[in-house]
Amino acid sequence: MRRNFLMKKITLLLFLVSFVSVAQHDESSVAEATSKDKGIKEQVKEFIDHHLQDSYSFDFFSITNDAGEITHYSLPLPVILWDNGLKVFSSSKFHHGETVAEVSGNYYTLYHSKIYKTDASGTIHYDAAHHPTNIKPLDFSFTKAISFVFLVALLMFFMFRKMAKNYEKNALPKGMGRLLEPIILYIRDDIAIPNIGKKHYKRYMSYLLTIFFFVWIINLLGLTPLGVNVTNNIAITFSLAIMTYLITTFTGNKSYWKHIFWMPGVPALMKIILAPIELLGTFIKPFALMIRLYANITAGHIVLMSIIGMMFVFHNWIGSSLSFVLAFILSLLELLVAALQAYIFTMLSSLYFGAAVEEHDEH
Amino acid sequence: MDKLINDFSFGTFFWMSVLFIGLVFLLKKFAWKPILDAVNDREEGILNALASAEDAKKEMQNLTADNANLLKEARAERDAMMKEAREIKEAMISEAKDEAKEQAAKMIENAVTAIDQEKQAALAHLKKEVAELSIGIAEAVVKKELSSQDEQIKLVEGMLKDVTLN
Repeated sequence: MRRNFLMKKITLLLFLVSFVSVAQHDESSVAEATSKDKGIKEQVKEFIDHHLQDSYSFDFFSITNDAGEITHYSLPLPVILWDNGLKVFSSSKFHHGETVAEVSGNYYTLYHSKIYKTDASGTIHYDAAHHPTNIKPLDFSFTKAISFVFLVALLMFFMFRKMAKNYEKNALPKGMGRLLEPIILYIRDDIAIPNIGKKHYKRYMSYLLTIFFFVWIINLLGLTPLGVNVTNNIAITFSLAIMTYLITTFTGNKSYWKHIFWMPGVPALMKIILAPIELLGTFIKPFALMIRLYANITAGHIVLMSIIGMMFVFHNWIGSSLSFVLAFILSLLELLVAALQAYIFTMLSSLYFGAAVEEHDEH
Repeated sequence: MDKLINDFSFGTFFWMSVLFIGLVFLLKKFAWKPILDAVNDREEGILNALASAEDAKKEMQNLTADNANLLKEARAERDAMMKEAREIKEAMISEAKDEAKEQAAKMIENAVTAIDQEKQAALAHLKKEVAELSIGIAEAVVKKELSSQDEQIKLVEGMLKDVTLN
């Protein structure tokens, strides 16, 4: 029930996303652009770029008053830096990139959503290719993406804990469990067991279930007007992919390694040639996982936001309405992609685990 | 690629890994294990229940078959008994008939013998009577012969007339 409600809410929010985006777009682009003569296309592009990047605060909206003063409504998140000692301060100190943050004699500034060490006036030095050469302190900040990961983790914990507790009392699922149980069973019966095998699948179930629901929920929430994109962050997908890689590597049996380094059933020379290829393959597989999830979600968001942006580029009834319809249809497609990517990630992970524990007959 | 590497933030990776691994272990202990166990138990329970239902069904079928067999046997036994009784009855009747016939024959034979004996006795008695009569006649004849021959003949003839009636 709650999930249905959530889905309805998301659909409703997708209708609203354009309007909220209008608001966000107009104001924040003004905030960023500072010059009002910038073309609408550049503003849209900038907004999309900004949307795709992680940030140090939760921006809700910002309002420009008649005098041109901008008020930001956002939730600052903690910035944690390692720069000759731990530096912890609130991201509100940056004032949305407008000021330099001073922490115990060190100055930091935001440049393209990254923190650089700077001087009191916030000077940025550039190299020939216009890349900043300032020192980047080791950044352990609780960014928007991470805080959202944390929220989703909490949500998942309470959701599934509640579901688990229900089983203590009665054998049949209740409430949310009615929707979640078939999905859990699907992952067990149609993803884990066929790919890994009845003998070993239990060891991997926790990981597969967690990753499926995590990616799905976080993809879905990424489609809300909150504008939180987590799975289009390469560090996030890298983290997920490397876990699949590590689990595959550490649970691989003798036969798995034998098939990598000394492929049975082929001539010795081929074995020598195959070994590096197979070894490379073990890295390419999780790398593909990482890129696939990242690229799908990023591309989806870029296209969706571009089409929403087209409404303002056209600025007439026909073009804007068409863009709206297109954006709506695309949003529905993105809902599918959200689930599909979660499924693919889970499916391929279980496939790799299956290969790691497969017991080969002698060739 | 350059953008990808530039976008990569070690801090995000670090927190994500910590949070995700924590989530996996927490969910494993508090959610996945109880959920999967409960579902497994339920599935096994259902399978067991189905199996025992199947067994019960088979047992019922066996019982029904047994009952039918018993009924059939009982019926066969009854039929056999009735047949036997009928045979016994018929045998008794025919035996009685035979006995009666035999008895009747015997009685008739006895009667015939008795009649024969009576007849013989009667004949013997008759012979004796005839003899006595003959002697009496002879006596009388003898007595009359002495007086007249004519008289004698008349007497004999008269007597013979009487006798021939017998």
